[in-house]
Amino acid sequence: MVYGVILAGGSRRASESSDEPMQYQVVGNKPILVHTVEKFLLYGGIDQILVLCQEDWIAPTKALLQKHLGRGMEGIEVIQGGGTRNETIMRVIDYIDGLGKLDDDTLVVTHDALRPFVTRRIIEENVAAGRKYGMVDTVIAATDTLVFSQDGENIGSVPDRASMYQGQTPQTFRAKRLRECYRQLTPEQREILTDACKICLLQGEEVHLVRGEVFNIKITYPYDLQVAKSLLKAGKDS
Amino acid sequence: MLNAVYRLVAPRRFEVEFNDINLFEEQMVVRPTHLSICHADQRYYQGLRPAEVMKQKLPMALIHEGIGEVVHDPTGTYQPGDRVIMIPNTPVRQDDVIGENYLRDSKFRASGFDGFMQEHVALKPDRVVPLAKDIDQVVAAFTELVSVSVHGVRRFDKFAHSRRGVIGVWGDGNLGFLTALCLRVMQPESRLYIFGVDAGKLSQFSFADATFQVSDIPEDVLVDHAFECVGGQASQKAIDQMIDHVQPEGTLSLMGVSEYPVPINTRMVLEKGLRFYGSSRSGREDFLKTVEIYREHPKVVRYLSNIVGAQVRVRSIEDMNKAFEMDIYKSIGKTIMFWEV
Repeated sequence: MVYGVILAGGSRRASESSDEPMQYQVVGNKPILVHTVEKFLLYGGIDQILVLCQEDWIAPTKALLQKHLGRGMEGIEVIQGGGTRNETIMRVIDYIDGLGKLDDDTLVVTHDALRPFVTRRIIEENVAAGRKYGMVDTVIAATDTLVFSQDGENIGSVPDRASMYQGQTPQTFRAKRLRECYRQLTPEQREILTDACKICLLQGEEVHLVRGEVFNIKITYPYDLQVAKSLLKAGKDS
Repeated sequence: MLNAVYRLVAPRRFEVEFNDINLFEEQMVVRPTHLSICHADQRYYQGLRPAEVMKQKLPMALIHEGIGEVVHDPTGTYQPGDRVIMIPNTPVRQDDVIGENYLRDSKFRASGFDGFMQEHVALKPDRVVPLAKDIDQVVAAFTELVSVSVHGVRRFDKFAHSRRGVIGVWGDGNLGFLTALCLRVMQPESRLYIFGVDAGKLSQFSFADATFQVSDIPEDVLVDHAFECVGGQASQKAIDQMIDHVQPEGTLSLMGVSEYPVPINTRMVLEKGLRFYGSSRSGREDFLKTVEIYREHPKVVRYLSNIVGAQVRVRSIEDMNKAFEMDIYKSIGKTIMFWEV
């Protein structure tokens, strides 16, 4: 089974006056989260979509998806995430396990709710690479020079940009193996993890790269929201 | 759903923009798989259309020849995974007398609105026709162009008198080749003469009964009816020759596009009682007829595979430019984009 896991637990708001986290902001005619779910819905290779959000957002999220997707809601579950990104992913795997559907080949295609511009190709290649290699990250080549600094005051080193990439999502994993890796980490290691791919790397797993897109942006700040709105343009009708 | 549309914004410059496809209305969603580049696309790409036309039409997604796979159809007419040919002509009303491709308010992909260079294309189910999986998919990509020839020959059948011993086709490019091929199977009793400028291109018309260099047509070569598949500045010369070599009361089918008015020797048109008719684009019926020809005459598909030119895997905007640039430098043949973007 292939699960599309939409991570919608973020609490950052579009502005101080806004009551809702960014994923509920409207771009075009729909909330960002709905756009993202639709992308996974239309791609036929996902067996079930799981939307993860904070507990108090479960009911409103269900209602929102129901309103926009109607009968498209079949096969979509909204469930509670964890305190961190990785705990959320572990919760999903436990959830699938609880359904009795976790086996060695179960894939979770995890994706930020805030990246609605993901394309069919990126999802397709994640699933294909997930089946073949097990662990997958979506990246684009770095355009800015990256600078490493330990203390935030002086440059420690300047890595070669040609071998630097920026991480996007989806990230795709063999769910059972990912959980095994996570369980083997020390509490300290878990503490410093911000990226699920690193769980795999720390346990010696290889992670395959899929090419993302520059426009597969994460709508994090108000500025990104403006960019997202400007990307959405109806064609001319002459 | 947010859908990536790769629009031409200026000559030689594609940019991605997004539209929002409603998944729950009457439109189905097709994932394009094979797209074919046409001269009309090139005229926009290279900025060869008049400046005011460029300004009026761009930004716009190019390409009106293509096939794809159904990914979603709320009407239930098609199932996900079905292969389909997409129809670029999009009428906004039905007319029992005038063909859908001649209604002035019909819209046309990559001319009046976005073409097929999109992540997904939303269209009404009557704007696709089913495509069998065992038909060569690369050839099927330019079915639209074949259907234009099929349309021209169907109209010929409607307008021309019954003496059809010899039919002449002027033009040795893609349109001439396809029209001649359609005539071969749709008017099998007629002898087929091809008139062109390039000996190499003419040699590809191996199914024709005779080929002639336009610079050296014997005076006694006469045809009952003629098809003009030349277009552009050479139209005038071609039409002149057609008038000279066509028998009285013959028909002249005009199919080549010219940006400029073309002078015609009307005195001889009158004297011979000739009938001119223009044909352009095609409609659903022509697509259905084309697919029927593919099925009943597999040799047509084999002949069509001879005019497949470059095949380019397209996964980025860079690849799109590459495909269009390669297409410019071909002499004959269709450039096909394997659409994986």
